[in-house]
Amino acid sequence: MAFENLSSRIESALKNLSGKGKVGENDLDVTLREIRLALLEADVNLKVARSFVNDVRTKALGAKVLNGLNPSEQVIKIVNDELTELMGEVAVPLNKSAKIPTVILMAGLQGAGKTTTVAKLANKFKKEENARPLLIAADVYRPAAIEQLQTLGNQLDIPVFEEGTNVDPRQIVKDGLAQAKKNNNDYVFIDTAGRLQIDEDLMKELKDIQDISKPDEVLLVVDAMTGQNATETAEGFNNALDVTGIVLTKLDGDTRGGAALSIRAVTGKPIKFVGEGEKVDNLDVFYPERMASRILGMGDVLTLIEKAQTDFDEKQAADQLEKLRLNTFDFNDFLDQLKQVQNMGPLEDMLKMLPGMANNPALANMSIDPKDFSHMEAIVQSMTNKERQDPELLVPARRRRIAAGSGRPVIEVNKLIKQFVQMRDMMHRFTNGKGLPSGMESMFGDVDTNEMSNMMGQMGMPSMGGGIGGKIADAAMKRAFKKIQKKKKKRK
Amino acid sequence: MGLFDSLKKRKHEDQTDADVEEIVETPKKEGLFSRVKKALDVDLGNEEDYQVEKPAEKSPVTYEKGLEQSRNNFSGQVNKLLANFRNVDESFFEDLEDTLISADVGFEMAMKISDELRDEARFQNIRSKQDAKNMILQKLVEVYEASGDDAEIEMHFAPSGTPSIFMFVGVNGVGKTTTIGKLAMRYKNEGKKVLLAAADTFRAGATQQLQEWADRDGVDIVTGKEKADPASVVFEAVKKAVEDDYDVLLVDTAGRLQNNQNLMKELEKMKNVIKREIPDAPNEVLLVLDSTTGQNAVNQAKLFKDSSDVTGIVLTKLDGTAKGGIVMAIREELNLPVKFVGLGEGVDDLQVFDSNEFVYGLFKDLIEA
Repeated sequence: MAFENLSSRIESALKNLSGKGKVGENDLDVTLREIRLALLEADVNLKVARSFVNDVRTKALGAKVLNGLNPSEQVIKIVNDELTELMGEVAVPLNKSAKIPTVILMAGLQGAGKTTTVAKLANKFKKEENARPLLIAADVYRPAAIEQLQTLGNQLDIPVFEEGTNVDPRQIVKDGLAQAKKNNNDYVFIDTAGRLQIDEDLMKELKDIQDISKPDEVLLVVDAMTGQNATETAEGFNNALDVTGIVLTKLDGDTRGGAALSIRAVTGKPIKFVGEGEKVDNLDVFYPERMASRILGMGDVLTLIEKAQTDFDEKQAADQLEKLRLNTFDFNDFLDQLKQVQNMGPLEDMLKMLPGMANNPALANMSIDPKDFSHMEAIVQSMTNKERQDPELLVPARRRRIAAGSGRPVIEVNKLIKQFVQMRDMMHRFTNGKGLPSGMESMFGDVDTNEMSNMMGQMGMPSMGGGIGGKIADAAMKRAFKKIQKKKKKRK
Repeated sequence: MGLFDSLKKRKHEDQTDADVEEIVETPKKEGLFSRVKKALDVDLGNEEDYQVEKPAEKSPVTYEKGLEQSRNNFSGQVNKLLANFRNVDESFFEDLEDTLISADVGFEMAMKISDELRDEARFQNIRSKQDAKNMILQKLVEVYEASGDDAEIEMHFAPSGTPSIFMFVGVNGVGKTTTIGKLAMRYKNEGKKVLLAAADTFRAGATQQLQEWADRDGVDIVTGKEKADPASVVFEAVKKAVEDDYDVLLVDTAGRLQNNQNLMKELEKMKNVIKREIPDAPNEVLLVLDSTTGQNAVNQAKLFKDSSDVTGIVLTKLDGTAKGGIVMAIREELNLPVKFVGLGEGVDDLQVFDSNEFVYGLFKDLIEA
C-alpha cells in the first residue's frame, strides 16, 4: 500500500538522521517533499500545501534541538503545530445575536449536507439550550427539499416555515423572519438550495437573502471528501457572502479531510462544526488540534480519551488496573470490560483514533463483528465461577463442556483462553513497569512506559482484552516485526 | 484515424470556423499509443483523411460548455507548467507531480505518470519545451487509453421480455436520485416503459423527491413506508416490473459511506433480492460519484465495487468542478467505465459519456492548432 500516513513517512525520510543532533538542509528538503506529497494525498490544496511546507521549512531550520526529541520527532512536532495553527488554535463558538432571534444562513454546493446540518444544529440547540428554533425552507428548486426539512422538523418537533415552491426564496425568508418574530423563536435557520459558486443568478439570490435576513452566522457547508476543488468553492462563496464559519460534513467516512485545511487557509474562516454520521445527534464542535492529528494520520487520542472518560466507570477501571497489577484479573473482570467497551460504540471507530491505526493497512480491511463480543460473552458465561477465577482449571474436558454450553467451537474457546492468559500476563508486566515484551518495544518507540501505562489506565486500557486486544496486538506486532525484519535486511 | 489526430483537427476547426462539420472519431482497432505517435509524425496537411460524418444525436454544445471548467483548468495547469519550463530537471518533474495532483488525477496515478516520464525523458533525451509537451500529452493519452475499456460504455439491457434492472449506489449527496430522474426521462423518450423503485427509505424526503421526478417524467414508481426495509421495496418493484412488463427498472438506494459495513451489507441484500427474482439482474450497478470529490473517490469506487459489483460510474456535477482528472484515476485504478456524466441541473443535462469528447475537453488547450 502506498497510502502510509504522514508521520511514518517523515519517520522513514529521517531514519538515517535519528542519531544526529542536527537536521541538515538537504535532509530537510527530502522530508519536506514527503510532507508535501502526503498533504496532497490527503486532499490538501496544492497552493496551501506549498506555502505550508515553506513555513515548516523556515521554522525547522531555525529551530533548536529540543530536549528529549530526536530530529524527526521535532519535525513532526513542527508540522503538527503548524497544522493546528493553520486550522485555528481553539474551537470557535457560534456567533449569537444580542437579542433574539439569532439568524443562521446555510450555503453550499448541492449534496453537501445543508438540510441535514440544519436539523442537527437546531436539534443541538434545542437539547442543550432548550431553544425554540424555526427552520425556513428556502430551497424551492430541488424536488422534495421542503418535504425533507419538514420530515426532519416533525421528527425533532421543530417548526418549519414554508410557502411551497412557487414563491421567491427572498419572499419566503422575509415571511419566515416575520413569523419568527411573532412567535419569539430564538434561533432561525435558513436552509437554501445547493448551488455552484459560479452560478451567478443563484449566487445573487443568496446575496439578496443575506441582505434581507442580516444573519449572525453564514455557515458554508462543505463535504469533507472534496478534493482540490475545495478552495475554489470556498473562495467563490466567501467572496459573494460574508461567510462566518464552516461546517464540514461526512467526516465519518474514510477521507483524510485535507479539504478542511485548504478551506480554512483560503478563507481564514473557522470551522465550527463537523458532521460525523447520519443520526441527528452526530454533530460535533470542531477541534483544530484533533483534525491536525487526523490529517497527519496520528490518530485522535484526545477524543478517544474523552470518550473513554465519559463512557467509562473510572473506579471500575482503576480496580481492574489494580487487579492486573496483582495478577488477580479474572474472566469476570474480563466480562465487565467487554461490556464497557461495547458501550463505547463501534470498535473500528475507536481503533481509528489510536495513533498510526487510522491508516494502518493491516487494519484497513479489518472490521470487528459485534457478534464476536456476544460469542466471547457466551463462552465466559458457560464457565463455572471457579473456572472464571482460575484459568488453570480449564482442562480439555472442561473446554469441551464450555464449547457445548456456549454453542461455539472448541477452537474458539481455546483461542479465547489463550488470548486471555497472554493479555493478562502482558498487562501484568506492563502495569508493574517491567517494560514491554521485546516485540512490543519497537512498536511504542521511545515512549516512556510509565506515561504509557498512565495513559492506558486513564483510557481504561485493560479493556483492550481478549479478542480485541488480541487483534490490535496482533496487528501491531506484525507491523513491529516487519520493521525489525526490514532493519535486519538492511544491515545485511 | 487516431484520436490524437481528431483532437488536433477539432482544435483546428474550432479556431477557424464553428460552422464546419465537426470531426468525430470512428471506431478504431489500432492502439492509441501508436496512433498518437503517428499523429505526432503526421503532417497536418492531409486533412481529408480524417473527415468523418458526425453522428446526429450528439449534443457537443452542452458537453463542451459543461466541461469548460474542467478543460480550462487541466490544460491550463499543464500549460502554465510548461510556460515556466527551463529544462527537464527534478524540479520540473516535481511541478508536474503537483500539477497532476491538483487536477485530482489521483495521487498514485500522478506519481506513476511522472515516474514514467522521468525515465522517458532520460531515454529520449528530451530537451526542448515542445518535446516535453508532446511527451506529457502522449503519456496522458496513452495512460487514459490503456486503462479504459471503451466497449463497456454501453448500458447492458436484459433480453426483451424481462425488465432491465439498474441499481444506483453511492455516498450521501452525490446525486443518485437526480440522476435517476434524468435517466428515467431519457429512457421514456426512447419509448421504454420505465419504473422507479424508491428504496431510499432512510433519508427524510428521499421518497418524495423521487416521487416528484416520477410525476415530472410521467413514469411509474414503487414506494415503501418510511424506514421500511429497502429490500422490501426492491422486491415489490421487481415483482411489478415483471408482472406489468416494464422495460426498465431504476432502483434508487440510500446514500451510504463506503466504510459503513452494515449499510454495505444492506446493499448486498437488495442485490440478492433482485437476483433471486431474476438471476441475471441487476443488469447494471452504477456507482454515482460527485466529480468534486478528491482522492476519496477512488476509495469509494473500490469499496462499492467490492460489496456490490459495480459495473459502471455516473459522474455528477461535472459542470461545477474545475478538475475532472478524477476520471483518469478511476479508469486507471479500477477499470470501471464511466457511463453517464451530469453536466447541469436540467433534465437533459445527463449525457452519455463520450471518452473522446472528454479527452478532447481535457487536453484541448494542450494541442497545438
